[in-house]
Amino acid sequence: MSIEVKTLTVAEAAALLAAGKVTAAQLCRAYLDRVQTVDGSVKAFLKCDAERIMAAAEAADQRRAAGTPRSPYDGIPVGIKDCIVTAGETCSCASKILAPVVSPYDATVVARLKAAGFIPMGRLNMDEFAMGSSTENSAYQRTANPWDITRVPGGSSGGSAAAVAAGEVAVALGSDTGGSIRQPAAFCGVVGVKPTYGRVSRYGLVAFASSLDQIGPLAHTVEDAAIILDTIGGHDPRDCTSLPEPDCGGLAAAVAAARNGDLKGVKIGLPEEYFASESSAGVKAGVEAAIAVMKELGAEFVSVSLPHTKYAVATYYIIATAEASTNLARFDGIRYGARDQEAQDLTEVYFKTRGHGFGDEVKRRIILGTYVLSSGYYDAFYLRAQKVRTLIRRDFEAAFRQCDLLLTPVTPTTAFRFGEKKDPLQMYLADIYTIALNLSGNCGISIPAALEADSGMPVGIQLIGPALAEKQLFAVAARFEQARKEQVFTPAL
Amino acid sequence: MAEYEVVIGLEVHVQIKTRSKMFCSCANVFGAEPNTMVCPVCMGYPGVMPTPNHEAIRKTIMAGLMCDCDIPSYSKFDRKSYFYPDMPKNYQISQYDLPLCLRGRIHISGKGFSGEELPDKYIGLTRIHLEEDVAKLNHLGRTSGVDFNRAGVPLMECVSEPDMRSADEAYAYLTALKQIMQYGGISDCDMEKGQMRCDVNISLRPFGQKEFGTKIELKNLNSFRAVHRAVNYEIARQSELLDAGEKLRQETRGWNDDRGETYLMRTKEQAHDYRYFPEPDLMPITLDLKRVDEYRRQLPELPEAMRRRFVADYGLTPYDAQVLTMEKALAEYYDCGAKLTKSPKTLANWIISDLLCELSASGQTISACPVTPEHLAAMIDMIDAGAINNRIAKTVFAEMASSGKPPRQIVAEKGLAQVSDEGAVIPLVEQAIAANAPQVQQYREGNEKVVQYFVGQVMKLSRGKANPQLVIKLLKERLDG
Repeated sequence: MSIEVKTLTVAEAAALLAAGKVTAAQLCRAYLDRVQTVDGSVKAFLKCDAERIMAAAEAADQRRAAGTPRSPYDGIPVGIKDCIVTAGETCSCASKILAPVVSPYDATVVARLKAAGFIPMGRLNMDEFAMGSSTENSAYQRTANPWDITRVPGGSSGGSAAAVAAGEVAVALGSDTGGSIRQPAAFCGVVGVKPTYGRVSRYGLVAFASSLDQIGPLAHTVEDAAIILDTIGGHDPRDCTSLPEPDCGGLAAAVAAARNGDLKGVKIGLPEEYFASESSAGVKAGVEAAIAVMKELGAEFVSVSLPHTKYAVATYYIIATAEASTNLARFDGIRYGARDQEAQDLTEVYFKTRGHGFGDEVKRRIILGTYVLSSGYYDAFYLRAQKVRTLIRRDFEAAFRQCDLLLTPVTPTTAFRFGEKKDPLQMYLADIYTIALNLSGNCGISIPAALEADSGMPVGIQLIGPALAEKQLFAVAARFEQARKEQVFTPAL
Repeated sequence: MAEYEVVIGLEVHVQIKTRSKMFCSCANVFGAEPNTMVCPVCMGYPGVMPTPNHEAIRKTIMAGLMCDCDIPSYSKFDRKSYFYPDMPKNYQISQYDLPLCLRGRIHISGKGFSGEELPDKYIGLTRIHLEEDVAKLNHLGRTSGVDFNRAGVPLMECVSEPDMRSADEAYAYLTALKQIMQYGGISDCDMEKGQMRCDVNISLRPFGQKEFGTKIELKNLNSFRAVHRAVNYEIARQSELLDAGEKLRQETRGWNDDRGETYLMRTKEQAHDYRYFPEPDLMPITLDLKRVDEYRRQLPELPEAMRRRFVADYGLTPYDAQVLTMEKALAEYYDCGAKLTKSPKTLANWIISDLLCELSASGQTISACPVTPEHLAAMIDMIDAGAINNRIAKTVFAEMASSGKPPRQIVAEKGLAQVSDEGAVIPLVEQAIAANAPQVQQYREGNEKVVQYFVGQVMKLSRGKANPQLVIKLLKERLDG
């Protein structure tokens, strides 16, 4: 039996598996076939080990046949961004410097997915070391937006977003340091979640900026995102920045409960700073339509202010690059990775290995980060940025005293074309609506809201919640998802 | 040569004795096959994160309390960046501006290494911070090997104030610091295993000048003796330069122990910019007073306090007390025996003159010594009670050291009990007098020293067992009579 997986959700797949209408092997085979069919043009996968996936699927089928499935999701594949390690598989972060490195261990999120029977599927393309907003910074390949293959899928989790949008996998993990899940989700018309900092263990996520990074799901639906976050969230003793005992389950249940309700009594803030600026007409129209839908459902809208928003990009690029400059220092070819064979002495090992191994954007950020931490500059840059970070967090705290959630655009524009943003600074500004959240630590979700009239490209909205308010965030997102005008976000591909 | 005031500060690294490493669960052991005590965390693999070792944090705080440090309620880890193959991440997790322990002091006094008397003073301890050790580089001809077994071992850095004024003071400070670490069970401080490593900052200035002179940092000092020698070498070298009117440069110098001289490693211009910033993968350490007080209650008695107690309670000289507290095991040995005997001072003499010689001759440690403190105390009491004399005691002691038997058993088995029975001694005394007529003559002519000769003769006849006091008494009665 063959099964159409292009729009299949995790929840639907689980129902089919439970009913015996499909086996895990059939399901995985269908996804692998889909990859075969479309990935030649999408290029979301850096690697996809069919044998390994099929072996895992057969094991899942045996467990189910024996009446001992690990969970309702036993046998469902999950795409993995190439910066999250899976034991026995390469993890290159789309960089040449890590090309030959096979991970000796599972990331906590991967271990938790496996414990629930999910099957890690492939290595998804990304901007090198998650630095970028278009996935054009991958050292290996250019991932296309499934809606229009002349456009970027966004980034840095572009491979994850494109793979889900193209139906090559139902759900994927990404990582979000400044919008790297939410922005590509918006560009590709899928749901993407940046959980509260500390909700999901970072152990096994190759660090870009440790105080900002957070792993999250990209999915067709809010419900699927909830299922994955329920599975991967919760305290991990291996990550001391993971929150001690967050209330981490129950998101899928909250989504189910919200299905047929309204939004009466929900107060949603519209930060003026996010609406004053340079969003395109298509994005504005999409966001306004979403507001209208939510008003109809009974939500109350208030205007709020996040006065330090204008400093967010600068603050972010100081803190993120400072942390990155040290996080990426370990890639030197000494213990693992591609050591330059021409090097004659130790200094040359460092210079040539790193000089040849890293791409331009990564080098740019390492140099920036090294500079801002240098003696004499630390106070003016890093220390000051940390102070501004506190102010930005207080902005959110103050806003959440006036409302339950915030609603903003995800990106100023819909997906742009390859090569369109040549100036790095222009690329950095693609993140203006998403990065403040990484600085403040609270949670956000990007949901497809509309299709842009002239381009036909998806437009997303971002809902932002206070720290650990994912239940309410998901409930409102799910309610909106069901009520939005545009119901189907499936590219023609 | 003009006279300069020497200013010395020490930075001492001490590995902490813990079961596992600082940020992972690998074993903290010395001497394993290279790269067998490693994991993705201590090898700096992509994606790993550190998990702090709470035992190492506790022991650092204990060390700080033993050195009279303040324990701040808030402390944090920082990243210290530099590239070197011994660094798995090319940054070291260390502590920059908020270390675990601040403002301590260490007391020095007594006789210095050179034999001269030390001033009785406190050396300030600026701070103790906690960090991870780096890997060990082994240079193999044209290539180098890196052993990551040591990478991630918990390491304390103890930074002193520039309070030392001579090589002797530096040596005494190191000895005292080592003692404290050993007493507290913080570290074995075995320098040969790299468990204790020392850098010296030294500068000279004309007496009376307030400003410090140019600081020279000395590295590669593998023993306390090397520190002593290197400091004296530098005093001479720098004095000579200053005398010649030269200006010193701030620099780092290494110590060549074979040649007995220092050599230039790098100048200030080549110094690293470590780009410290707070470690984002670890939470700050917050300590409430209750926890610190709990640690304070767990503190062992320190060598300094033990020395004072030994002098006050056991009537020892400060020198005896210093020797007996050199090592914790020895001090505990003595303390245990001293509590059992009425003559603790005699016990101290026996330990210092006999037991320590025996140990160094046999290469044994005090804890493995067959002579238990209970047995040695019992032997002292037998001497006091007149059951054996001092000469026999030497024989008994030798037997205790070889067989580990209790002294009473040895005396009984070998028939070594002192003979204090007049009836048994008188015939021997008379025999000695009869056989030595010329000496009797000398005695009677007023040479009282001859008595000792007769005592020796009688002891010989008794095979050492006669009670010497009794022998003298009987001899005098007969010689005078």
